[in-house]
Amino acid sequence: MLREIRPAIVLLLVLTVITGLAYPLAMTAIAGALFPARAQGSLIEKDGKVVGSALIGQEFKDDKYFQGRPSATVAPDPNDSTKTVSAPYNAANSGGSNLGPTSKALADRLKEDVDKLEGENPNAAVPVDLVTTSASGLDPDISPEAAQFQVPRVAKARNMPEDQVKQLVTANTEGRLLGLIGEPQVNVLALNLSLDRTAAK
Amino acid sequence: MTVIGWLQIILFCVIIVALTKPLGWYMTRVFNGERTFLSPVLRPIEAGIYRFSGVDEKREQHWLNYTVAMLLFHVGGFLIIYGVMRLQAVLPFNPAGQSAVAADLSFNTAVSFITNTNWQNYGGESTLSYLVQMLGLTHQNFLSAATGIALAVALIRGFSRASARTVGNFWVDVVRCTLYVLLPICVVYTLFLVSQGMPQTLGGYVEATTLEGVKQTIAVGPVASQVAIKMLGTNGGGFFNANAAHPFENPTALSNFVQMLSIFALGAALTNVFGRMVGNQRQGWAILSVMGVLFLAGVAVTYWAEASGTSTLHALGLTGGNMEGKEVRFGIVASSLFAVITTAASCGAVNAMHDSFTALGGMIPLINMQLGEIIVGGVGAGLYGMLVFVVLAIFVAGLMVGRTPEYVGKKIEAREVKMAMLAILVLPLMYLGWTAVGVVYPAAVASMANAGPHGFTEVLYAFTSATGNNGSAFAGLTGNTIFYNLTLASAMFVGRFFMIVPAMAIAGSLAAKKSIAPSAGTFPTTGGLFVGLVVGVILIIGGLTFFPALALGPIVEHLAMNAGNLF
Repeated sequence: MLREIRPAIVLLLVLTVITGLAYPLAMTAIAGALFPARAQGSLIEKDGKVVGSALIGQEFKDDKYFQGRPSATVAPDPNDSTKTVSAPYNAANSGGSNLGPTSKALADRLKEDVDKLEGENPNAAVPVDLVTTSASGLDPDISPEAAQFQVPRVAKARNMPEDQVKQLVTANTEGRLLGLIGEPQVNVLALNLSLDRTAAK
Repeated sequence: MTVIGWLQIILFCVIIVALTKPLGWYMTRVFNGERTFLSPVLRPIEAGIYRFSGVDEKREQHWLNYTVAMLLFHVGGFLIIYGVMRLQAVLPFNPAGQSAVAADLSFNTAVSFITNTNWQNYGGESTLSYLVQMLGLTHQNFLSAATGIALAVALIRGFSRASARTVGNFWVDVVRCTLYVLLPICVVYTLFLVSQGMPQTLGGYVEATTLEGVKQTIAVGPVASQVAIKMLGTNGGGFFNANAAHPFENPTALSNFVQMLSIFALGAALTNVFGRMVGNQRQGWAILSVMGVLFLAGVAVTYWAEASGTSTLHALGLTGGNMEGKEVRFGIVASSLFAVITTAASCGAVNAMHDSFTALGGMIPLINMQLGEIIVGGVGAGLYGMLVFVVLAIFVAGLMVGRTPEYVGKKIEAREVKMAMLAILVLPLMYLGWTAVGVVYPAAVASMANAGPHGFTEVLYAFTSATGNNGSAFAGLTGNTIFYNLTLASAMFVGRFFMIVPAMAIAGSLAAKKSIAPSAGTFPTTGGLFVGLVVGVILIIGGLTFFPALALGPIVEHLAMNAGNLF
């Protein structure tokens, strides 16, 4: 047994340096050279300022923007650090609602959101992803149905023809990879940026 | 359920089966100490490591020495993680200025990572510095995976050797696994992940101003290098709190698909390593078939349950399945498939919140873990767990015909069966026992996030996951309390080492036996009858042990949901 002690210590240290320092640091250098923008977090700049990441959802409340999914992320309560307060799309503390299928709190929240959306657009069925919180609370995407559902509201708020807004939605819709893997999706931030660009013209 | 959904599932299975043989061939060469195409580069490094650390690579170890070496290695690993977590505030690579991690949380996390569990009582981006992520977590992701594989290989040697005193050299197995298998794959894999949008940077968190003028702090970090080994080594501990659901930890449908493949790849390949080492690849395919039957059954139930949705959703006219706690880019099918894969293997990464799954959809991950994560399983751990069940199934078959049972040329006798039973019985003791405490002890009850039967399932899931060294959670449960930090750590410890030591005892005992040639009376272990028998034994043992607990949790919740009861 004693003869195993030296390898236990030395080997552990050597492998720790290789896998815990050399490997991640080397990968940081190589990835930074090959994919500089993605390695930094796919940040989007507008007029020289970072407005977000292409991969991270953000909260939109204004009617003239498409809105993402409800987010259940929280932040520490500024008045009492042992508690948390709701902070949608907090990209420094990801997480879901974790409410189960028989949760009354979930049923109440769903009902409230569905009622609100039905009032906003009575002509279409409410898409399920528009009232359910995502797993990360940072979902950057909505389904194409959820985007189409919001077209009348956005068009009205921007005084734009609905067809033009619809075209933007279609242009920002991504299909499945090879028609097979994944789900059709619309990146909300990208869609809203292209809306702003169209409006600025 | 849709046709496209099922096509994705079938494509996944086809690729795993296609990878099994070439990866198994390569890994067999690595563990037999033969030359590989990477030897010109890696052999000098490997030899240097042995010289430096005083390892004689020719000297093999008795199973007891092998086990002791493994345990010593883990003590060191524990001290490193615990140390860097406690000291992170004064160490470098801490741009977010994280303060020292509390003692009980550091203890829980250190046990969690050396046991390949990677339970997340820590919050990732809100708790840990980059140095802890790299030096503590990434490094132990490699070593606990390499250890699992080494142990499985030692057990295989027990079956394949005759009249031998030794089962290999632990240090050599760990070094070769790390250098020749894990690191090369991870280097390529990391770059792929970054190409999909996963960050790999030492820069601090980014301050953005959203289109509506609100400040958004975006956590980044050296994510890809950790996620590569987190998946490949079936570790599963997330860089971020939301784990593989976080867009930075799983940016695209393709990154998700490859992550699912990488969870199963090495575990499936080890069945082929087993077949090759015992001299008949069909023995390996038979074991993979057992895993495949159980896996597909689980996928079908979870996919069906999640696609069906809940009565709450139906009452509001919402269609499209249960999207609460799921991401749009993965949808119902990739979230369901991921959940079954991650719990069949002992990975524990999640791309959707299991706590928000339907009652039956969430029950399958629970069952997968309770069966001992033998459906492919953790790298290494899955194979030795499955072989323990095989020993038992062979024993049952022997009883039926009144013959001393044998498997791949080795007689299975009292000692092996006793050790197999010890390994199988100690697991339910941990999760059923601690769950019983968790639902009556007031400080533990306060941790439940959901009321009614779902709260009970949260507790049962936590201890099952810890004991099975899985690490996924019904994450509503507040686990970062003194009670849960300590009890979960004990479950992880017992679940790992009380499985390993009996498995190694079986290895040593089998290696010492003579190998006997198959005769007309030998039960063939490559056919459908054998596959059916092993599946049956697994389900009977699992069913008898866990059904009462499942009835109190997910089953009653499903019935309550259909009756319109909310809690």
